Amino acid sequence: MSKDIESRDVSLRLFEYTAHHLSAKILSKEICATDLVKHFLERIKSVEPHIRAYITINEEDALKKATEIDKKIGNGETTGLLAGIPVAVKDNICTKSLSTTCASKILKNFIPPYDAFVVKRLKEEDAIIIGKTNLDEFAMGSSTENSGYKITRNPWNPEYVPGGSSGGSAAAVAADLSMMALGSDTGGSVRQPAALCGIAGVKPTYGRVSRYGLVAFGSSLDQIGTLTNDVKDAAILLQVIAGYDSRDSTSMQVSVPDYLNGIDSGVNGLRIGIPKEYFAAGLNADVHNALKDALKLYERLGAKVIDMSLPHTEYAVAVYYIVANAEASSNLARYDGVRYGYRAPKSNGIIDMYSRTRSEGFGNEVKRRIMLGNYALSAGYYDAYYLKASKVRNLIKNDFDIAFQQVDCIICPTSPVPGFKIGERAKNPLEMYLSDIYTIPANLAGIPGISVPCGFSKEGLPIGMQILAKHFEEKKLLQIAYAFERETDFHLKKPVLKVSSEQR
Amino acid sequence: MKIGKKDIEYIANLSRIELSEHEKEMFVHQLSDILSYIGKISELNTENVTPMAYTIKASNVFKEDIPEPSISLEDVQLNAPDIKGVFFKVPKVIE
Repeated sequence: MSKDIESRDVSLRLFEYTAHHLSAKILSKEICATDLVKHFLERIKSVEPHIRAYITINEEDALKKATEIDKKIGNGETTGLLAGIPVAVKDNICTKSLSTTCASKILKNFIPPYDAFVVKRLKEEDAIIIGKTNLDEFAMGSSTENSGYKITRNPWNPEYVPGGSSGGSAAAVAADLSMMALGSDTGGSVRQPAALCGIAGVKPTYGRVSRYGLVAFGSSLDQIGTLTNDVKDAAILLQVIAGYDSRDSTSMQVSVPDYLNGIDSGVNGLRIGIPKEYFAAGLNADVHNALKDALKLYERLGAKVIDMSLPHTEYAVAVYYIVANAEASSNLARYDGVRYGYRAPKSNGIIDMYSRTRSEGFGNEVKRRIMLGNYALSAGYYDAYYLKASKVRNLIKNDFDIAFQQVDCIICPTSPVPGFKIGERAKNPLEMYLSDIYTIPANLAGIPGISVPCGFSKEGLPIGMQILAKHFEEKKLLQIAYAFERETDFHLKKPVLKVSSEQR
Repeated sequence: MKIGKKDIEYIANLSRIELSEHEKEMFVHQLSDILSYIGKISELNTENVTPMAYTIKASNVFKEDIPEPSISLEDVQLNAPDIKGVFFKVPKVIE
């Protein structure tokens, strides 16, 4: 790195840029990666105490990596797609030699001996892993309040939740504490926090991104997704993480298209399906109005809006909480205090050690879900719950198959409400589960979805619009979302950060 | 679907989770609510419907049986709460 680069003046608002803008500036040496990373680290120091998006900040390593990248650029070497771009990673995605807790006490001191596939890809493309973000413990929740460590605040209003479970990743991007972030989406955990924090969130098709190194929750539903300031950044980050990996047997050998190429193709002639079940009772009026306006815009842009039905929608939440919890109860059986993670200090024999370890290590929501899952799988209840739910899941998937014969995509709200306050739903798990009513069906059907900002509520909270398409049609989703984004300025709005009067 | 304290004790044991009396009370309540809600799937006739676990067309994914390097023993044991030599050490299994 030459002195010349270092001495160049860097705009104080640097952190408000997107990766697709900044990449070029880094490559042309207008900005050096080290300065960029320092900017973010300084901002984290002043803003993070009010937002609490991170569990771990990777300061030393991020600076070291930035120096390396500056050296590479200085030497004229080829650099990756994300050269010098800070990316935050949800703390349920394994990062070699960097603590990965899943926001659970049971993994408090866990240091992964390997990188997740997506983390390896980030590193190969010269991204800078700036930190590990907060989540609901093991990604179980819709508000990030179930974290075993801290409560993340919505940058738009610190009294509100950032959504969840990828609430730390969403808040980090919205508050400019990272340029981009990765999350995971089992029932809406990328799209819902993206909506509540006013940013773009993509849940790719089941099988599009390898889950190798993602701590398993609901194995037939989990997918890693992106959280970014705009749609082009989503395209770039998805480009980096998508693709086949032999170490995840559910990852598919489907070619990855160039997501940026043709992103501005527009929506002329596009058939947009509007499922009546997603605009029924319980939908907040501000959200409804924002969606109506968005659809009018799409019509002006040449798309055709078609009323349609996904008749089994009302069963999706019920099916999800059987299937996801049944899978979770198996996946979380591995936390037994033997090979890694927490072990209860005192016990009377091995069975007692297991029970004490799990009772002390897991939070209430995780316990609830493990017990529900084991109940749904237990003798006498398997047929009525797990088997029945698996059948209804097929009906839900079939609804989408039929729908996509008539329409190219489906547009609906991401969340029924613009947001909710910290503590508002924490005491009533069922009410919390219903937060994901519009996002869960896509996971059950394995289809991709994107949430983009489409308005603001009366209280000034961002509103998200969800677009769904057929398996492996992420490119189309990005095009549709971009067509809306370039005509609107919701994605350019940034929260004015306020410090809460009651900090916990 | 209402469940009682006995049910909670049964599934807590299956789950290897110990609960205090207060927790049992709380979970009886919460799980009953959730189970009543998810019980709505029984309304549907699913007589000729095939159960579905995976939404993508993939089955029996095989790969060539070629040995590859694995994580070192040292790395594997790095996170272990207790080890002895090459083993994970656990409390007494047989009384």
